[in-house]
Amino acid sequence: MIDGFLALYLFMLAAFTGHEIISRVPVILHTPLMSGSNFVHGIVLIGAMVALGEATTPTEQIIGFIGVFLGAGNAAGGYVVTERMLEMFKSSKKPGSSQDGAKP
Amino acid sequence: MNSAQIVSLLIQASYFVAAVLLIMGIKRMSSPVTARSGIQWAGVGVLVAVIATFFHHGGEHGLLIENAALIFIAIAISTVIAWYSGKRVAMTAMPQMVALYNGMGGGSAAAIGASALLGFAAIANAPRFVPGMPAVNSSQIVLAVIGALIGSISFTGSKTFRFTGQQAVNGLCFLAAVALGAMVVLHPQTQTIVLFFAAALLFGILMTLPIGGADMPVVISLYNAFTGLAVGFEGYVQGNIALIIAGIVVGAAGTLLTRLMAKAMNRSISNVLFSNFGAGGGAAQEISGSLKPIEADDAASLLYMAEKIIIVPGYGMAVAQAQHKIWELSQNLIKRDKDVKFAIHPVAGRMPGHMNVLLAEAGVPYDLIADMDDINPEFPNCDVAIVIGANDVVNPVAKTDKSSPIYGMPILDVAKAKQIIVIKRGKGTGFAGIENALFYQDNCRMLYADGQEAATKLIAGLKAVDGGGGH
Repeated sequence: MIDGFLALYLFMLAAFTGHEIISRVPVILHTPLMSGSNFVHGIVLIGAMVALGEATTPTEQIIGFIGVFLGAGNAAGGYVVTERMLEMFKSSKKPGSSQDGAKP
Repeated sequence: MNSAQIVSLLIQASYFVAAVLLIMGIKRMSSPVTARSGIQWAGVGVLVAVIATFFHHGGEHGLLIENAALIFIAIAISTVIAWYSGKRVAMTAMPQMVALYNGMGGGSAAAIGASALLGFAAIANAPRFVPGMPAVNSSQIVLAVIGALIGSISFTGSKTFRFTGQQAVNGLCFLAAVALGAMVVLHPQTQTIVLFFAAALLFGILMTLPIGGADMPVVISLYNAFTGLAVGFEGYVQGNIALIIAGIVVGAAGTLLTRLMAKAMNRSISNVLFSNFGAGGGAAQEISGSLKPIEADDAASLLYMAEKIIIVPGYGMAVAQAQHKIWELSQNLIKRDKDVKFAIHPVAGRMPGHMNVLLAEAGVPYDLIADMDDINPEFPNCDVAIVIGANDVVNPVAKTDKSSPIYGMPILDVAKAKQIIVIKRGKGTGFAGIENALFYQDNCRMLYADGQEAATKLIAGLKAVDGGGGH
């Protein structure tokens, strides 16, 4: 378990990091960035996996299952949508060069 | 070191790598050049963390995490559904889709909170201390509650966005929420937890209901930040540093983004959340004049005569999927030596930059797209302004009518253009549900048509005037 003050420092530093990396973003990237950060908190999935992994009673298992289900949806959906948005940005610069529909 | 310790160390290392990749990913997404690789870096980060988590507590009872099959099934089903819907959804419905996925993340964080709280309740209600039972840290309970509260609000709040064709997904999420509630009810000593979740979920709905459409982009962004915070707090409860970092970074970034957007609308966040947008406004100013329709051919002649043309797209263009046709129309105008620009209101559409994304999809070069502050001084010199599917963001009552719910919101000064053509499907009002004084101005003409259809007719009209290829 993380010690109280260590956690506080973590919260503080992470908050500054988040603030800093967004502060000079052009308006055109606001939407993809919102979508991208939506994907990033899809990491909640691993927390839900741990919750289900440590579940013993049926109640806990069902709650955990729902958590994993929702978390995976957040991650997968968030990724696909953001990828599609950013793909358009690329093709708008070099029209006709969007042949690399490579799988992530 | 035994095998369990080695596995644990490897998992921690994977989480560290994932955290670095996620932060670098967001950083790269904040520049147009590296944006695409940014999401891929972040994607690899989450993938690494998920794979590592399958070995959680591995080496103690077996190689894999307990309930691995259940976990795998949940991930597989959800990923297939979300992946498919994400691929299939039209670009124009993207904001609602982001809101939906965000709500799922909030729900997931709430589920983590629920299972942690149930665990704490079991410990608290145990008849006597059982050796080996973990001690509960009160800060853990507090953060579990806060995280679950915020996550629940984000979950139901994001669900309030209605969009066609997605009722099934909405229904599924609703059932999940109900099942979650029922499961908690079954646990006898946890009535307070149940009440708490019911209240939190209900609050999410009630909070979002009175918020008007024009404010929706801000709200989506706010819920995004909420989910981030919820994830961070539940990360603390679980002692998972990767969750704390990713969650709090998104929480902070999302909060800043929300503030930037609210500022662009000249509204404070509390104003957005707690004022009944569009519900009041009973004593609105009387608007005089009438709506004056125009045929596409006449509108095309107006365009042919004009020199400076500004196109103002809004959510209606997105709904009609008209961005490609509008760009084709613009190219036809540029070919005839017209000065064409696109004016983008910061909150046009449902997300900030929504219009930019759509125009980029259609291939409109960036130098033709202007922000509100840059373009507003140009409207008085503009011969024809074409408003396609925008409403509240061009409504002059935002400047003149103090009783209007949109009073004080900065708008595009379309009203100052010499001629205005409004392409609109019907006579309905915008999201805010208020009449648009612009449409009743003497120099404004209404072209009643679907965006694509209107653009097609205008292109044909232009060709009819000069017989085709410009000059």
